[in-house]
Amino acid sequence: MPLEVKNLTRVFVVGLFKRKEILAVDGVSFGVKPGEFVSLVGESGSGKTTTAKMILRLLQPTSGSIMFEGRDVWGLKGIDELRWYWKNVHGIFQDPYASYNPLHKIDRILYQAFTLMRHSGADRDVMVEEALREVGLRPDDVLGKYPHELSGGQRQRIMVARCYLLRPKLILADEPISMIDASTRASVLQLFSKLREEFETSVIFITHDLGLAYYVSDEIMIMYKGSIVEKGSPDEVIDHPQDSYTKRLREDVPLLYRKWAGF
Amino acid sequence: MKKAALLEAKDVKAYYSVRKGYVKAVDGLDLVIEKGITLGLAGESGCGKSTLVNTLMMNVKPPLYLVEGTIVLGGKVISKMDRSTLKKSVWGVLASIVPQSALNALMPTKRILDFTRDVVSHHMDVTDSEVASMAEKRFEELNLPVEALSFYPHELSGGMKQRAVIAVSTLLNPKLLIVDEPTSALDVSTQKQVLKMLMDLKTTGITESMIFVTHDIAVLRQIADWIAIMYAGKIVESGSTEDILHDPEHPYTYCLINAVVTPEPEVRKRGLTSIPGEPPNLLDPPKGCRFHPRCPKVMDICRSTEPMLVEIEGSRLVACHLFPPNT
Repeated sequence: MPLEVKNLTRVFVVGLFKRKEILAVDGVSFGVKPGEFVSLVGESGSGKTTTAKMILRLLQPTSGSIMFEGRDVWGLKGIDELRWYWKNVHGIFQDPYASYNPLHKIDRILYQAFTLMRHSGADRDVMVEEALREVGLRPDDVLGKYPHELSGGQRQRIMVARCYLLRPKLILADEPISMIDASTRASVLQLFSKLREEFETSVIFITHDLGLAYYVSDEIMIMYKGSIVEKGSPDEVIDHPQDSYTKRLREDVPLLYRKWAGF
Repeated sequence: MKKAALLEAKDVKAYYSVRKGYVKAVDGLDLVIEKGITLGLAGESGCGKSTLVNTLMMNVKPPLYLVEGTIVLGGKVISKMDRSTLKKSVWGVLASIVPQSALNALMPTKRILDFTRDVVSHHMDVTDSEVASMAEKRFEELNLPVEALSFYPHELSGGMKQRAVIAVSTLLNPKLLIVDEPTSALDVSTQKQVLKMLMDLKTTGITESMIFVTHDIAVLRQIADWIAIMYAGKIVESGSTEDILHDPEHPYTYCLINAVVTPEPEVRKRGLTSIPGEPPNLLDPPKGCRFHPRCPKVMDICRSTEPMLVEIEGSRLVACHLFPPNT
């Protein structure tokens, strides 16, 4: 299994004088198989993003272990081991603005991928243009521009294009299409499935949109107040929810072909 | 015979004046809202939904100008009124709007009750305690906690704040309530509570009609009687919610519905498709049908001639060359 998370816990301590502990992630365990598309669904504040940050080595866990291809992610040492991890595990975030350095043109974030891959061939420009086209962007529209000159959706799609260049083994996508209009979402999702088919890339898809999770995933995990309260195939979770929170969530999602009782 | 109209807008053109010219956010649009219905207004971001609803209330401030058109609300021609008349006799009493940014626009140092006073004092000569009892009564009627009135905005959760804002803006029983993306920032469970409250406003007779602006068609399925689909400053199709969802006629409506995913087997089966390209720049919209550069069913005529909004059956309106007039 490429990724194995065991008993992952993170406690935040807030307050200067009156210390208060917040249990953001509470003993979360799960595994991701090669080429598997796993969705982590929950409302805001349920600990989805904190979990993702710990896997990406952006936030140290309070306890628990994260193993990627048999190696302890938080025990990696030296630049070579880290490079190996950065090349193979890629994050796409909710707010893509924070992923960019505002002083550099967006070309830089794409060409950085080649540094990670130790690739210096002359075909780099062609590869960048191909990756941009894959996510539905015209290279002329975005290359040579600064992050603030692009729309939220364009910034998110560039992060996806970077994925396409790097071909990582695992993508952690935190609300990757929240800023993209419903009409262009499909093309970005198709790119994830293409990576999955061609390179057996696994995807952890973090979202609050149960409909999207139901549509794209092999497995859905429902997160509530820091714990995973239910997991299973989309059909099991959506059609036969066991947990009371999942049941409530299921009832509160507006549907296209069914009307709520009492409305 | 159609039901009486509460609002009638004819050939409305509302443009933003910018350095490079005019952004034609609402460009020649007709709309009728009958008494007692909830109209859902849907479309991609930047299609002019918010501009349209603000124009319908004559809430137009530079750089936005009403270039052409008449708007009749409750028998009054409001497109000719000046701001002070609008404030006295239209806003709050005939029609109220809850803008998209309402949640973040509340003055942090005022209590909810203070906002209530602001709404009422423009229209009635009443004492503070009378306003307070009015507000308390209304909150009880809508099953909202009365204590919320004495809270500051930051003390309320997002959903509670939104419900309080809606309750305050409908205190004077406006005939028309316009809500602009009221639930987009909320979790689904909170969203349902807000939608339930909007339904209550109509069943209790506090408001007669409603315009609900959103990009989420699944939400409209739950609360709208009628849906109008907007694209690049124009209405491209309108009809009853059932008709629009089950039998979309305009290619854009079809694409828009197919881009929605909900946890339902029908949606899984049908798949998810995207609309190629991006919405046009409204500074210089495409000639002919504005959807033609992205349309899967584009014909020669679409590139040169703009389609008219025509009635195809019942009160179903479509603006597409696939449905020519007189057939």
